[in-house]
Amino acid sequence: MRDDANLLRQGNFPSTRWSLIVAARSVEPEDRRRALDILTSAYWKPVYKYIRLRWDKDNEQAKDLTQEFFFHLLEKDFLARYDPQRARLRTFLRVCVDHLIANEDKAARRLKRGGDAQILSLDFESAEGELQQVEIPSPESMEDFFEREWVRSIFSLSLERLREECQQRGKAMHFRLLEFYDIDEAGKEFTYEEVARQFSLKASDVTNYLAYARREFRRVVLEQLREMTGTEEEFRREARTLLGVDAS
Amino acid sequence: MKWLSDEALDRLRAAADAPDLSGTGYVLIDKLGSGGMSGVFRVTDTALGREVALKVLGIEDSSGQLGARLLREAKIIAQLEHPGIVPVHDVGTLPDGRVFYTMKLVQGLRLDQQREELGGLPERLRTFQKICEAVSFAHARHVLHRDLKPQNVMVGPFGEVLVMDWGLAKLLDPGVLAEEKMVPKIAESGRTLPGQDASDTQSPEADTAHGVVLGTPGYMAPEQARGEIEAVGPRADIYSLGAVLKFLIEETQGTPKALAAIAGKAMAEDVQQRYGSVEELAHDIAHYLDGAPVSAYPEGAMTRMWRWMVKNSAWLLLILAYLVMRALLILWRAR
Repeated sequence: MRDDANLLRQGNFPSTRWSLIVAARSVEPEDRRRALDILTSAYWKPVYKYIRLRWDKDNEQAKDLTQEFFFHLLEKDFLARYDPQRARLRTFLRVCVDHLIANEDKAARRLKRGGDAQILSLDFESAEGELQQVEIPSPESMEDFFEREWVRSIFSLSLERLREECQQRGKAMHFRLLEFYDIDEAGKEFTYEEVARQFSLKASDVTNYLAYARREFRRVVLEQLREMTGTEEEFRREARTLLGVDAS
Repeated sequence: MKWLSDEALDRLRAAADAPDLSGTGYVLIDKLGSGGMSGVFRVTDTALGREVALKVLGIEDSSGQLGARLLREAKIIAQLEHPGIVPVHDVGTLPDGRVFYTMKLVQGLRLDQQREELGGLPERLRTFQKICEAVSFAHARHVLHRDLKPQNVMVGPFGEVLVMDWGLAKLLDPGVLAEEKMVPKIAESGRTLPGQDASDTQSPEADTAHGVVLGTPGYMAPEQARGEIEAVGPRADIYSLGAVLKFLIEETQGTPKALAAIAGKAMAEDVQQRYGSVEELAHDIAHYLDGAPVSAYPEGAMTRMWRWMVKNSAWLLLILAYLVMRALLILWRAR
């Protein structure tokens, strides 16, 4: 099973802007493979859930179509048509999914034939389980649904990366407090003094650790986003979406 | 990683968006709002024990231009010490690398949110006069606002009026900032220390070329909307003030022709047809409030005579009474 956080770390591209998009189009197979792995890790769950709900496909059909989509993304020159000046990558991929479904029969036949498609190891069970926990969106709000699932995917990957970074730096408690307050919401029941006692910390440590974890979370999220966006403007617009900042 | 609920997503979003105030002497209270590139938060200044507004860059850019622009905005406002312009207290960089500045926390509502609460036409015009005073002051300091609109004007509970958001301000005389070489050093804590040279006078023009439009449709002058950056001068702000005036009077019953003419002159398509200065515009408003003729509305002979008679009605009544008495006296003697 693919380790999504690991894939993101594998990226390890130079810190130049838009490195991932450039790498995905590289003539070097290894660069392309790694870049597309990162894109897959960020987008496969939103794509699967979108196919399930927007196109009303059952579990098996959605799995096949998701595989088909990423087969194109990985093996064909799919991103060659992408122009960062004209659309967000997220929008481009969603439209590509729609086109794929429009040719659904053809795609399904190819997979059933066996073809030469590489089957990705994706944890569809977990994606299906998550789908049961979200409110079914109306047909008119499918774009918003895709956007929200994309945010969920980026945040999940970022948290995984942050957890490992914190462990490596001996700051596991910092991450634990972030989980406590912002993921589990358990923290809001307690004062900082109570939490400090519970975790055997000083009250000032609680605020400092939490500030550190939140600051690092923001950094990781924006770093990942910068890798995955094609222009400065797209980065800023997508960052506003991710962070829920209103645009004026 | 465990599945993130919608509520957890919202909390993480808020956590990532909130400024990291650790070690700064500020404590976050809540978020007041956000614009295109920045957010404004209510914070407590623990050193002085008061609440202030903290404006912080929302999303950084790779070149650092946005941070430089926010810093420039703070420095421009700092040059404009006027009761109608919100004062800046502090500027710096947060531990998360974002540029911020703090300013007076304005208690009140935006002009667009409380037009009806301002009262009748005279009260609205007096509010408009206060806006003109602040903009006129800025023009005298060679600063154009370039984004005047009701959303950028705050009106406090005691009628105080503050012109906000100088992010698009243009310096007609770059020396206004250039002569301010000594700007606050940004301490690691986020508080400021004296010393260190200014690192920027980054203008919104610096990364935009002729043809780039900065402003708000409906409120920006035609030359500004066309992106003719060099052509944008004080009369572009006068156009915007005309649009603000129009907004203030448009829902009053039977808008007087003289007022409509004032707004029309301020918003003239031809730059040369507009008021020459904000003071001229403000004088016309003052004349209107005093019942005097306004320059934007030429009156006919009858109207002028009527206005003269109304203005001198006391004298006219006295003269009339005298003439009537004389006539009665003559008649009585002739009998």
